[in-house]
Amino acid sequence: MKTHDVIVIGAGHNGLTAAAYLARAGLDVLVVERNPYLGGATVSRELHPGFTYSNCSYVSSLMRPEIMRELELPKYGLQVTPYNGGLTMTRDGDYIASYKDHDMNRRELARHSLRDAESYDRYAAAVMRQCRFIRPMLMKPPPDPASLRPRNLRGLFELGRAFRDLGEAGMYDTIRFWTMSIADFLDRYFETELIKAHFAGSSIIGTGLGPRSPGSAYVLLHHYMGEVDGTIGAWGFARGGMGAISRSLAAAFQAAGGAIRADAPVARVMVERGRAVGVALDGGEEIRARAVVSSMDFKRTVLEAMDEKDLPARFVKAARNFKIRGSSGKLNIALDGMPTWRGVPADCPALQGDLHVTDTIESFERAYDDWKNGTWSRRPYVDLMIPSIMDPTMAPSGKHYMSVFVQYVPPKLADGPWTPEKRDAFGKTVIDMLAEYSPDLKDLILHMEVRTPHELEEEVGLTEGNIFQGELTMDQIMFNRPVPGYAQYRMPVRNMYMCGSSTHPGGGVMGAPGANAAREVIADLRAGRRA
Amino acid sequence: MTADRKYGAIVIGGGHNGLVCAAFLAKAGRSVLVVEAADELGGAARNAEIAPGYTAPACAHILHLLHPRVRSRLKLRRHGLAFAARRLPTVALAADGNHLTLSGKRILGEVPEEDARAWRRLRKRLLRMAGTLHPFLGRTPPRLAGESWQDRITLARLALALRLLGKAEMRDFLRIVNMNAADLLDDELGDARLKGVLAFDAVLGTNFGPRSPGSVLTWLYRLAGEARGGRLGLAIPTGGMGAVTEALAASAQAFGADIRTGAPVRRIVVEGDRAAAVELESGNVLRTHAVISSADPKTTFFDLVGPEHLDTGFLRQVNGFRSKGLAAKLNLALDDLPDFAGLDRGALGGRLVIAPDIGYVERAFDHSKYGEYSAEPAIEITIPTLHDPTLAPDGGHVLSAVVQYAPRELAGGWAAHREAFADHVVAAIARYAPDLAGRIVGRQLLTPEDIERDFRIAGGHWHHGDLAVDQMLMLRPVPGWAQYETPIANLYLCGAGAHPGGGVMGAAGMNAAQRILATPAPEGAT
Amino acid sequence: MTAKPLYQAPLLETPFHARTSALNQANAWARWAGYTTVDCYTDLSTEYFAIRHAASLYDVSPMIKYRIAGPEAERYMNRLLTRDIRKLKPDRVAYAVWCNDDGKVLDDGTVFRRGESEFLLKAQERHLAWLQDSAFGFDVTVEDVSEAIAGLALQGPLSCTVLKAMGLDGIAGLKPFGIAEHDLDGTPLAVSRTGFTGDLGYELWIEPARALDLWDRLMEAGAPHRLTPIGSQALNLARIEAGFIQTNADFVAADQAVRPTRQRSPFELGLDWLVDFDKGHFTGRRALLRERETGSRYRLVGLDIEGSKPARDALIYHGKARQVGMVTSAMWSPTAKRNIALATLEAAWADKSDGLWAEIYVNKELKWEKTAARCRIVTRPFFDPPRRRATPAPDY
Repeated sequence: MKTHDVIVIGAGHNGLTAAAYLARAGLDVLVVERNPYLGGATVSRELHPGFTYSNCSYVSSLMRPEIMRELELPKYGLQVTPYNGGLTMTRDGDYIASYKDHDMNRRELARHSLRDAESYDRYAAAVMRQCRFIRPMLMKPPPDPASLRPRNLRGLFELGRAFRDLGEAGMYDTIRFWTMSIADFLDRYFETELIKAHFAGSSIIGTGLGPRSPGSAYVLLHHYMGEVDGTIGAWGFARGGMGAISRSLAAAFQAAGGAIRADAPVARVMVERGRAVGVALDGGEEIRARAVVSSMDFKRTVLEAMDEKDLPARFVKAARNFKIRGSSGKLNIALDGMPTWRGVPADCPALQGDLHVTDTIESFERAYDDWKNGTWSRRPYVDLMIPSIMDPTMAPSGKHYMSVFVQYVPPKLADGPWTPEKRDAFGKTVIDMLAEYSPDLKDLILHMEVRTPHELEEEVGLTEGNIFQGELTMDQIMFNRPVPGYAQYRMPVRNMYMCGSSTHPGGGVMGAPGANAAREVIADLRAGRRA
Repeated sequence: MTADRKYGAIVIGGGHNGLVCAAFLAKAGRSVLVVEAADELGGAARNAEIAPGYTAPACAHILHLLHPRVRSRLKLRRHGLAFAARRLPTVALAADGNHLTLSGKRILGEVPEEDARAWRRLRKRLLRMAGTLHPFLGRTPPRLAGESWQDRITLARLALALRLLGKAEMRDFLRIVNMNAADLLDDELGDARLKGVLAFDAVLGTNFGPRSPGSVLTWLYRLAGEARGGRLGLAIPTGGMGAVTEALAASAQAFGADIRTGAPVRRIVVEGDRAAAVELESGNVLRTHAVISSADPKTTFFDLVGPEHLDTGFLRQVNGFRSKGLAAKLNLALDDLPDFAGLDRGALGGRLVIAPDIGYVERAFDHSKYGEYSAEPAIEITIPTLHDPTLAPDGGHVLSAVVQYAPRELAGGWAAHREAFADHVVAAIARYAPDLAGRIVGRQLLTPEDIERDFRIAGGHWHHGDLAVDQMLMLRPVPGWAQYETPIANLYLCGAGAHPGGGVMGAAGMNAAQRILATPAPEGAT
Repeated sequence: MTAKPLYQAPLLETPFHARTSALNQANAWARWAGYTTVDCYTDLSTEYFAIRHAASLYDVSPMIKYRIAGPEAERYMNRLLTRDIRKLKPDRVAYAVWCNDDGKVLDDGTVFRRGESEFLLKAQERHLAWLQDSAFGFDVTVEDVSEAIAGLALQGPLSCTVLKAMGLDGIAGLKPFGIAEHDLDGTPLAVSRTGFTGDLGYELWIEPARALDLWDRLMEAGAPHRLTPIGSQALNLARIEAGFIQTNADFVAADQAVRPTRQRSPFELGLDWLVDFDKGHFTGRRALLRERETGSRYRLVGLDIEGSKPARDALIYHGKARQVGMVTSAMWSPTAKRNIALATLEAAWADKSDGLWAEIYVNKELKWEKTAARCRIVTRPFFDPPRRRATPAPDY
């Protein structure tokens, strides 16, 4: 029977990224994917005739430019267009927009507060300082502070030097930024509730935190540290939807000789004498390989695909305690035309970007409280976009595809499991709220897909439907991700690796975990070959 | 020594930190004067007469954090500090009367053996980590870019202390220190009452709920204070918390410090970039070589020093110091001991906690985020008269309750809601002691607004400011000024607004004194 | 007229826009503080020489202006600025900088004292939050009045002549940095003998509703004296000759610097004379005292560079191998007949006049050539005509 060099479990963006790097290193790589389609949560799907839904992830910014370049993704069809701004509508019919143009942006802020408009540059510089600090850490494994191995010491030294380079005040600012709540952080710059709400959204997307929870400022950074064409913090649309990213990754992988098997769910990872030797598929078929890389989330990898007996008890316990609460839902909607928004002129360019209706920090916090109490937010935060404005391939001419990301939606409801009825009731909550801002929205809906963490778990396989494969809190990032001591992509079983968003640097369509893991696998296989 | 420079140092505020600082300075031979605005000493650690013959601890009611060096070096026992009770057990009240009692590592009450074991393990693990933190409570926090050897040594010691935990435990520490208490408790324990009371400990005195990340750190911080208290545990001083103050004052005076009460300070006089004198409301100007303020940072810098002597960026930071109190104090004078269902008289001598589960505490916290007091407050109760009957008339008792959460900025204002709130708290306790209301002969409520006014603490926060990672250690009270020094030469902080915060620990006062003593005394300062 | 939504018209128009746009033959516009302003009306040379040989008119309305008033305005300003503002008398103007706590310059600007307890602060960048936060504990109000005051800079040897022709009595007697109150048909018109050209010149301030009248009256009075509207390009040449630094051109405003090492102190900008340690406390004072003791890292200097090729963006070397600094502004000065530049050097090299070289890239018909030109540190201004200070102002 043939033995592959590497089997990658899961054809999401991280699995494919890892696979592509491995194949380009000359290894014989097989990707096994449980769904009939590729991409995991990075997909474009025609769920209504003529419409393309990016029905899970929906915007691109975090995808590391190094990866796009090294894997030549544009050659394989990837095109990312930055979008212009975004806006938050208020309950009283006004709005605040963000624009790329600095002066336009300042004047828009000044419309709400002159002082805040002027504070914006100081705020932007502070966030930029944090982006500059974190970016060099993204494309390498996090150093283990408890290890004295030269590689870790070197990593810690580099980190320490980058930290010192911030200057004394910068060092204190950084510690505070990484540990404080976004509400407290924004209070240091802004006085206007609407402006704070406008900037707070990114700090809670996908996260079981409220804006007053310490650590939420870091989550903001996690959403800002991406870039489009060198513009840090910019977001863009992938032409053809998010699936274009996984399609280009798959194409790059296949061009390097890799093979993909879809519709091939993994039943378990085969471990013999403390080494991973391959995978067994649901039907019983066994495929052998010198190394196995799982892009599934940490919990699923450890608790479902592996046998506890093969793993240290402490590790299994850590996996059980890994925090992976889902907190997000999604509405994917086919529209018969462009909806109008109360108070926002139809030609406002910010409508091309992300739209929101949460206009106070308190509304965010109350939405979070609902989630804590086991129900979806009665007035949720939405991150709404209409990508078909900029990407004509997403919907028939004159019609539109609308993606509504919703925070907060619990993975388990206090009153029992999710049912189709409850899912629809959740969808109705969102649409009813949006209809307050868009009187014609309901009439334009041709088709709507409602997704809760339950659907995300069932279809994509993300435990509890957590979009980041694990919460991005300080106890689960950097050298703590997924658990201390195993942050460098290796598992306690030899030849077994992780490359999903559960690993450093975490979630979002970034590809960095896949690329970083691939580097470790290649190094180990080469060392093994020499030995 | 010139006539108008009588004192080497003047300490503003006769709270416990001010007295500790003064005592240490006096002990080292400095001439020290303590000026206290109120007519009696003690700040938040003093007694109050809440009804004729009834003496209650005005604010703090349990002594559990007092730094061991403060107790030993200042010879507090010799100066009269005795304990009416030590190692108080903690009783987690349950609505059905099926209470749990935590005493050291033991749990009394119906609890699955598995949980009892898990708690012993968790407690041991947390105490070991807390032990790592403990030495840093009694040190000046380092500057991160510090050039001094002292800073480097402190940083190196911290790194070493972490290493000495061992690889696995160091990793564990770096993970859980960032966690929220609810997750940690859910990971390790099952029993709701047990988790509830521990969650309460994690967030007591903070602006957190158990699900706020960082609440494990505040818990560890508290445990660090307790860890080395050793045999004392949770203690009630004989004569009430005021007795701690009396012992500290006696110690300071025995070492030669002078104390003046009823002497509110109008301002700190700055001359040529240096704190040169303290001007009292009376108009008296007391010249000195060092001014040490135990007042909170906002009061110190905005009111006493004045913005004109300080940089805008610094004041911005001070202004941003989160200092809104969330805890209220309710003292009840009772004509007899209330009947707590399921607790005998002996058990009532413990520390009673109303926090039946994690969700209860979290929901109590949620209200505070919106300027409301908790619909169902989390409460810590002591009945000090059970240990020291002299505090009340014969047969009478004092019930002292710390209540969370009661936000400083209450929607609608405290004036309009204070009586309703007090009734509300009484009702919450009465759920466990149905005859409580009928026993009340007097009551005294301190909201954060009252604490702000009565104890001159801007924001009415027991710790002068939130304890949270971004306001701890080298970030307390503001980054760059965590070493008890201030931008004004010869002006120091020694209050709870400085590292390591409040809680009748005395460490801020002690550390500040060490810092001051580390610099050579100016001519005439002794 | 209904205002367009700002996304259709991102840039503001100054109160003089109707006139400046009509005259803008080159249709060259530049952004300034959110306004669209003329970069060049006709051709740079004509406009530049108008400044030095006749009279020029420049729209300074986009300047950010703050009004600081109240019983403690003087104490407030003294704590804000590095110089002793108590010495500034009413109806006088002073150049000033203000710093953050680290003694790094947030901006420079001019302070107009409009009375015992009222000041106007005019600056390049926006600082409302800083100015308001500086008011903690002071009985003052800080107000952004940028849009309430229109301004024109009338600069050049004939500038006083033009004002006299316009009928401003006694204007010749106005001393440098003085402010005179006049009126334009009953509307208050403040005239200050200030400017950014280093030449004889004035700035005129009026409410926006009367801006066009002021423009017309000046142009009418100035017609016989070759009064020429100028754009930002010409002004920039004059300000380099005058040796003036410009925020975010020669140094980064401290609160906008992403990299902490880019911030500069007044000493590093060569503005030692603006720092008064004896006036009482001001923000940044303690940091600057430390810097005075331990030494500065950089020094902004004026350079005289051999040859005639402007050393724009040039790196400065010592001994051709060691990079010791960089040029931030450079030009061939048609008036001083020198190749001049403002440069920031590492402090150790700022006293050495020997061995400094500028690496200049010159494009000769699409071919880039690198030349090394010897530099000399010289005093600023590069051009300093006596008429700048003469009172009464000469007619020429």
